[in-house]
Amino acid sequence: MQFFIEVLVGGLLSGVMYALVALGFVLIYKASGVFNFAQGAMVFFAALTFVGFQEVLPGWLGLEAGSGVVFWLAFLLAFIAMILLGTATERIVLRPLVNQPHITLFMATIGLTYVVEGLAQMTWGANVRGLDLGIVDEPIAWLMDNYEIGVSKFDLFAAGVAASLVALLALLFQYTKVGRALRAVADDHQAALSIGIPLQTIWRVVWAVAGFVALVAGMIWGARNGVQFALTFTALKALPVLILGGFTSVPGAIVGGLIIGASEKLAEVYVGPFVGGGIEGWFPYMLALAFLLFRPEGLFGEKHIDRV
Amino acid sequence: MLYREAGQFKASYAEDSQIFPIRQDKIGFWVLMLVFGLAVPLLANQYWLKAILIPVLIFSLAAIGLNILTGYAGQLSLGSAAFMAVGAFAAYNFILRIEGMPFLVALVLAGVTAALVGILFGLPSLRIKGFYLAVATLAAQFFIVWALVKFPWFSNNSSSGVVTAQDVTILGYTFATPEAKYILTFLIVAFMALLAKNMVRSSTGRAWMAVRDMDVAAQVIGFRLMRTKLLAFAVSSFYCGVAGALYAYTYIGTVEPEGFNLDLSFKILFMIIIGGVGSIMGSFLGAAFIVLLPIFLDNFIPMIFGDALGAGFVSNFQLIVFGGLIIFFLIVEPHGLARLWQIAKEKLRLWPFPH
Repeated sequence: MQFFIEVLVGGLLSGVMYALVALGFVLIYKASGVFNFAQGAMVFFAALTFVGFQEVLPGWLGLEAGSGVVFWLAFLLAFIAMILLGTATERIVLRPLVNQPHITLFMATIGLTYVVEGLAQMTWGANVRGLDLGIVDEPIAWLMDNYEIGVSKFDLFAAGVAASLVALLALLFQYTKVGRALRAVADDHQAALSIGIPLQTIWRVVWAVAGFVALVAGMIWGARNGVQFALTFTALKALPVLILGGFTSVPGAIVGGLIIGASEKLAEVYVGPFVGGGIEGWFPYMLALAFLLFRPEGLFGEKHIDRV
Repeated sequence: MLYREAGQFKASYAEDSQIFPIRQDKIGFWVLMLVFGLAVPLLANQYWLKAILIPVLIFSLAAIGLNILTGYAGQLSLGSAAFMAVGAFAAYNFILRIEGMPFLVALVLAGVTAALVGILFGLPSLRIKGFYLAVATLAAQFFIVWALVKFPWFSNNSSSGVVTAQDVTILGYTFATPEAKYILTFLIVAFMALLAKNMVRSSTGRAWMAVRDMDVAAQVIGFRLMRTKLLAFAVSSFYCGVAGALYAYTYIGTVEPEGFNLDLSFKILFMIIIGGVGSIMGSFLGAAFIVLLPIFLDNFIPMIFGDALGAGFVSNFQLIVFGGLIIFFLIVEPHGLARLWQIAKEKLRLWPFPH
């Protein structure tokens, strides 16, 4: 039983990390209808930029390496880099492709994936780097002593970050002018345009916010597994989460992430040995597929009614 | 001046429904067939045949397969490489396990196996649409590659999962030289492309297009959705499966499941997008473009910048240029190279007196 709970909690918490990546997808899909495959590459780019600045800043400014100032300065600079990337994407890729079929936009973001990956490695080099957030990846002693359940501090921290990020996004969406505009655009592009909401500005904002989410996701994934090219594959982890939760729903991304994370770990532990292991590559997809057979638009996706 | 249909009358239905109704097109087609079927194998060197022409043909076939599914039937799929893998490994096992299996029969059986797997993974398409389906087809991609790696039976217990394709022998003749392999690939691809062209011009193709344009409307006017969609999946996977078998037997020689990864699926998708969605001709153009581009970049970048830059820089720069060119193409001509060809033909009809 303890083992089961341990696996379950571990799975749920790693699901939060999937949800973090999925969140970026949802934001962009909601606001612009673009299925942004480059989100994984953006996570990689953001994490690499952050670590890169952390390395070079002490030399440039004569600061002490590893100090708080360097951390926040690097964070700020990486965020600015993500804003620039988002703006450039909107200007160079999306604007000329307005009104094209979804698949064309999707293909353009795959092209963008290659560009961003190349750009990141060209600027900062391709070596694997460590990222230290100051939280150790070890079980919480209190839970371990009293209930003999090992829950990693780091996982809990990641969950906390994800929760605050979602809260922040919810506040942004609900209570600010930009947020209202964002929701209007998500509802109906043309109607939003007709009442004077500047569509292009909104798209830039959305890409910047998605860039911010990518930065946070990249830092947490990077602290976990090291900042390396494999970070781009986080996108593949996020896709089943997306179709499970629905492309257009922020809560869907979170709930989907939890379901995928938990069931993936449980399946790996309890089913994996019977079929030779290594099932985490496809199991989430199969699970999401099974879900979709009952709810074709995901758990929280907008119900789509076909009319002739 | 030369390209004009004036004076060519169609007096029967058969004449009206030809693939190339204009005489010049027909001549052009046969010239192309002669050039690629006779002149090229006689003149091209080994490198060209092995590294460029054979892969272009094979990927064209795979692109036709995906185009049938995505371009004609409107079901976005990201798993075409997996169906190629099914075809490659099915052909390998049929030839390995059945004594005296003729190559062409094995090829057809490989296609049929891929088609059956395709139908299985096409079932969700009855409920799921659009990007949800695209992501769902990733399930096929990951599951099939995983299964081929995990169950050693598929690769005849080879420890690394790598299989070496047997010799290609038809009626006692072994296709060993690149020239022979090229001609074999060329004939198969040309035949199947012709078949595909006729399929999409027939009632089958019209049913696919109706489903693509709006499946509810198609259903209302009496197309059976399940049959149409699953047929599209079956035919598409058949083409991808045969392409995969050819990939193993006439191109690479040794294949492993991991070679048929998501990147390859994306590449095939790029081919149809850049070549032209919903166009058989576009599949060939797109395949040629995507196969030639990296080779071109490989030679071109060192030529301009010299060897001063490290290999890492060059490979990253290639990534950027490749991605950038794809975006550029999508922006400049979202309907692909096939559309450019069409425009050129329209212009040519009026040339040199456009008024």
